[in-house]
Amino acid sequence: MWDYTPIVKDHFLNPRNVGDITDADAVGEVGSLACGDALKLYLKLDENKDKIVDAKFQTFGCASAIASSSALTEMVKGKTLDEALAISNQDIAEFLGGLPEEKMHCSVMGQEALEVAIAKYRGHEVKIHSHDHDHGPEYPDQEGTIVCKCFGITDVFLKKVIETNHLTTAEQVTHFTKAGGGCGGCIPKINELIAEVMGTQTEEPRKRPEKLSNMKKMQLIQEVLEKDIRPLLWADGGDLELIDIDGPKVQVAFRKACAGCASSGNTARMVEIKLRDLVAEDIVVEEVVA
Amino acid sequence: MKEIYLDNNATTKVDEAVFEEMRPYFCELYGNPSSMHFFGGQVQRKVDEARNRVASLLGASTDEIIFTACGTESDNAAIRSALEVFPEKRHVITSRVEHPAVLTQCRNLTQKGYRVSEIGVDGEGRLDMEEFKATVDTDTAIVSLMYANNETGVIFPIEEAAAIAKAKGALFHTDAVQAVGKIPLDMANSNIDMLSLSGHKLHAPKGIGVLYLRRGTPFRPFMVGGHQEKSRRAGTENAAAIIALGKACELAAQYMEQENTQVKVLRDRLQDELMASIPNARINGGGAERLPNTTSIAYEFVEGEAILLLLSELGICASSGSACTSGSLEPSHVLRAMGVPFTCAHGSIRFSLSRFTTNDEIDTVIRELPPIIARLRLMSPFGREHLKGQK
Repeated sequence: MWDYTPIVKDHFLNPRNVGDITDADAVGEVGSLACGDALKLYLKLDENKDKIVDAKFQTFGCASAIASSSALTEMVKGKTLDEALAISNQDIAEFLGGLPEEKMHCSVMGQEALEVAIAKYRGHEVKIHSHDHDHGPEYPDQEGTIVCKCFGITDVFLKKVIETNHLTTAEQVTHFTKAGGGCGGCIPKINELIAEVMGTQTEEPRKRPEKLSNMKKMQLIQEVLEKDIRPLLWADGGDLELIDIDGPKVQVAFRKACAGCASSGNTARMVEIKLRDLVAEDIVVEEVVA
Repeated sequence: MKEIYLDNNATTKVDEAVFEEMRPYFCELYGNPSSMHFFGGQVQRKVDEARNRVASLLGASTDEIIFTACGTESDNAAIRSALEVFPEKRHVITSRVEHPAVLTQCRNLTQKGYRVSEIGVDGEGRLDMEEFKATVDTDTAIVSLMYANNETGVIFPIEEAAAIAKAKGALFHTDAVQAVGKIPLDMANSNIDMLSLSGHKLHAPKGIGVLYLRRGTPFRPFMVGGHQEKSRRAGTENAAAIIALGKACELAAQYMEQENTQVKVLRDRLQDELMASIPNARINGGGAERLPNTTSIAYEFVEGEAILLLLSELGICASSGSACTSGSLEPSHVLRAMGVPFTCAHGSIRFSLSRFTTNDEIDTVIRELPPIIARLRLMSPFGREHLKGQK
């Protein structure tokens, strides 16, 4: 059984604002029967067409989908459209006291519906993935190219969710967006997207710290391996594991496609350069078989 | 809150008589059945008695009964053994609707170079026998097909399939954890080589299973070590659980008729009344031969987890083939294999009864489920659209 917070349970058992608004200013619809969840969100604006005065929803989905929708309608009331647009899926999850990670896609669905509703109201092109399945109709015009065929999810959408939620593994991406949760064929592509997003996140060049305690140094080495190096290897189907740190010596073992790869020596050298760059200049990377 | 337990295909209540039977074998009669002294010997005799009782339920001989830790172990042991027995054969057959205990292992075999054929089912969940006949060949080491499906209760023509496998020289295994105790089996007049059963599905505790192994069937043990179970399954016997399973099998034989009368009547009443009171629903596998205790109903426009949690608020325990309950994202592989339409695959609810299910409990579900479905449909954009279309 899922470990739902009391707030999730309350919003599931006593959902706020179920229904529709016949003279709604904005309506956003996402999801489908085939996907297993769908949300239709109605927004009513004040006379100045600025503030949201009422919100209603209809949801097909599990308890957390219903609770996320209910929470969303409560959160947007009284907000201006721009304030509402600033609500992230994390905000929805936080409002509910947290969601099981496997259910984060429910909060993403809420955020998406809000975005669609406001974009449509403003007459913008709706830049959202269509949730069409490979067994459904042809994909209508949408931004980006389909990555996950099972759930009809595009690279543009995935990159956005990866970036805003700081996702680092394909499994997390599945929990947040469903992508990769069907046949699993797109998981390598998802790993590439993660690597790509992470690569672009080095906005300001990081500098090697002046002085490091042993403990700090070990932490930093681990951090660099996790954030900078492993995602790059994943993109090629490889991986590495940190075996030991002994003074300047950093021992790593290559895994998956990297294991026994003819160019693993080059990879070890790449790791060394990166660690020298970001941690300490005397680091020596050794490849071990373990 | 008193539970109304309608999830007996997941696990069952340990029968009080079964618990009483096993109780002395923890703190008082705790001897090791393999010991030479009287203290172990008296446990050995009870284990023998249990083996007799299990054999009797299956129409088998005592030397054909191997105690294991669970149904999954029995399934793993059967399939691995067959592959070791026939190292030259590289083909394995199973079905698309198998329990993960079999399906996962078979799918892993593809990575080891085996050809694995998963036989399909029709819209009612019935095995495609024509496909099966065309698939089994002399390269087939083992055929593993479930006796009855855990989600829908649909029964496969296992004897017919076993005869076809035998004719091609393949070993035949059946995962019968859902069938044993619910429908009569007679291994004395059968072509089944190996059969798995699980104690906790028939009112014995969790952690005990059996692999039936037909006399003369070549076998390579999965667990090696001591001489227990005639060296076919090493490891000190879980004596108390074995004794409990023996009692549970004895009771299952006694109650078999009740399963097919009283339990079936309750199941039929439950599904008939629910079908009459809630529109836009279908019984998964309703047109096929099914276990007497199981019904799986798919409701359009709503999602299973939400139904289950609202039922759970009332103390009613059921199960679902829905994606959201399991943490996976697609509806169950069983419902997908059956081609259940996506409009209702996410809204499937399984009720599985037992001999402990009462009339009153069934009345409660018949009363409580319709407003739950109506409430969720009113909340669902598709449910509302449908209602509008009706007006």
